[in-house]
Amino acid sequence: MYESAREKIAKFVNAKDSAGIIFVRGTTEAINLVAYSWGLYNLKKGDEVLVSLMEHHSNIVPWEIISKITGCIIMYAKVNSNGTLDYEDFENKFSNKTRIASLSHVSNVTGVINDVKHIAKVAHDHGALMLVDGAQSVPHMPVNVRDIDADFLAFSGHKMLGPTGIGVLYAKKELLEKMEPFQGGGEMIKEVSFSGAKEQCDVRLNDPPWKFEAGTPDICGAIALKEAVSYLESIGMDQVQGHECFLTNYAIKRMQECGKVTLHGPTDTALKCGIIPFSVEGLSSHDVALFFDNYGIMIRSGFHCAQPLHQVFRLQSSARASFYIYNTREEIDRFIEVLKEMEQL
Amino acid sequence: MPTVDDYVARIEGTCGEEKDVIVVFKYDKKDEAVKRILARAQLKNTVAGIIFELTLEDVSFRLYASGKAIFRSIKNKEELYSILTCLLL
Repeated sequence: MYESAREKIAKFVNAKDSAGIIFVRGTTEAINLVAYSWGLYNLKKGDEVLVSLMEHHSNIVPWEIISKITGCIIMYAKVNSNGTLDYEDFENKFSNKTRIASLSHVSNVTGVINDVKHIAKVAHDHGALMLVDGAQSVPHMPVNVRDIDADFLAFSGHKMLGPTGIGVLYAKKELLEKMEPFQGGGEMIKEVSFSGAKEQCDVRLNDPPWKFEAGTPDICGAIALKEAVSYLESIGMDQVQGHECFLTNYAIKRMQECGKVTLHGPTDTALKCGIIPFSVEGLSSHDVALFFDNYGIMIRSGFHCAQPLHQVFRLQSSARASFYIYNTREEIDRFIEVLKEMEQL
Repeated sequence: MPTVDDYVARIEGTCGEEKDVIVVFKYDKKDEAVKRILARAQLKNTVAGIIFELTLEDVSFRLYASGKAIFRSIKNKEELYSILTCLLL
């Protein structure tokens, strides 16, 4: 069942080979796996890793850690004032020293969709690899790794109706074959033989993907994720995206009725997914979140683990409404009613 | 002898530059906590009787009938416990 989950998820993202699907704890661990197993052995002093200022901390901190160890340089591409990626700056920052570009497919703060297929092509033209942080895209839209030509794609189960503690790193098999393991232990080896003459163990590593799955894996999580994927497929990812697009359009229109509410990032749903960051005049984002909480409406407040992007926006923090397949237009109407009550504070 | 911890389930520091502190009261004590706080703090504003803007001396905070309170500009845990002691005990 565990291996059939791998097959299912490979098909879901159109991976060529299920050997390219590694089960991890989530997007964060997937990016860390690449940073350590690939970055530690392939980055040297002066090499460059290209990310953007809209990244989640999980796509910044692992690279900063590797930078301290290897001496590689982390380059940060700019974000436009409306929250979209500054493609010109991103492309200009590629050089013959760039070894990998690591970019979110969808911003977890603004919902902005990045053209990762284009960036992957630019990366490959410069001889660099491309990692796509798919935490906010894989659950919400069709994602085809072969079409994007991503070398790595990271995503989490708990954002797509699966349980917490399970996630996926997709990687091209030929890269995985050359990469060193992330952790050592059982399952990830073929043989550990003690040589009496040498008084040491010879370790023969397993093939990908098992080479990267040391110890007993989260079998239950992987099987649950397979079921979540089956459910999403039964709806259709185009339908999922269409539903969220409808809700986002409607919510933006209704939120614009509220005089004390400021929306951050683009409001054109052609540019974004179902995430709306906003502020209410005179209230901190945490006040806003607690106010909604009182009415049984859950939103997120704070930096959303993306402090650099808040610095770009010159915001101390933001409130964030987001939608998924289970949300309805009526729920947005209720959200707006509460938002209007909040404006009385 | 009751203590602040008899009423408080957890204290969360918020992320963001505001560094607010959210106090979540224990489920079975939240109604009593809300009642005690409303009796001791000065009411500045209320919305629908479920959200209260309050002050205690120079500390302003917002109390929610759902059993949570958000305090701003709290320097440390000791200061928060001192305020909660005044409000709850």
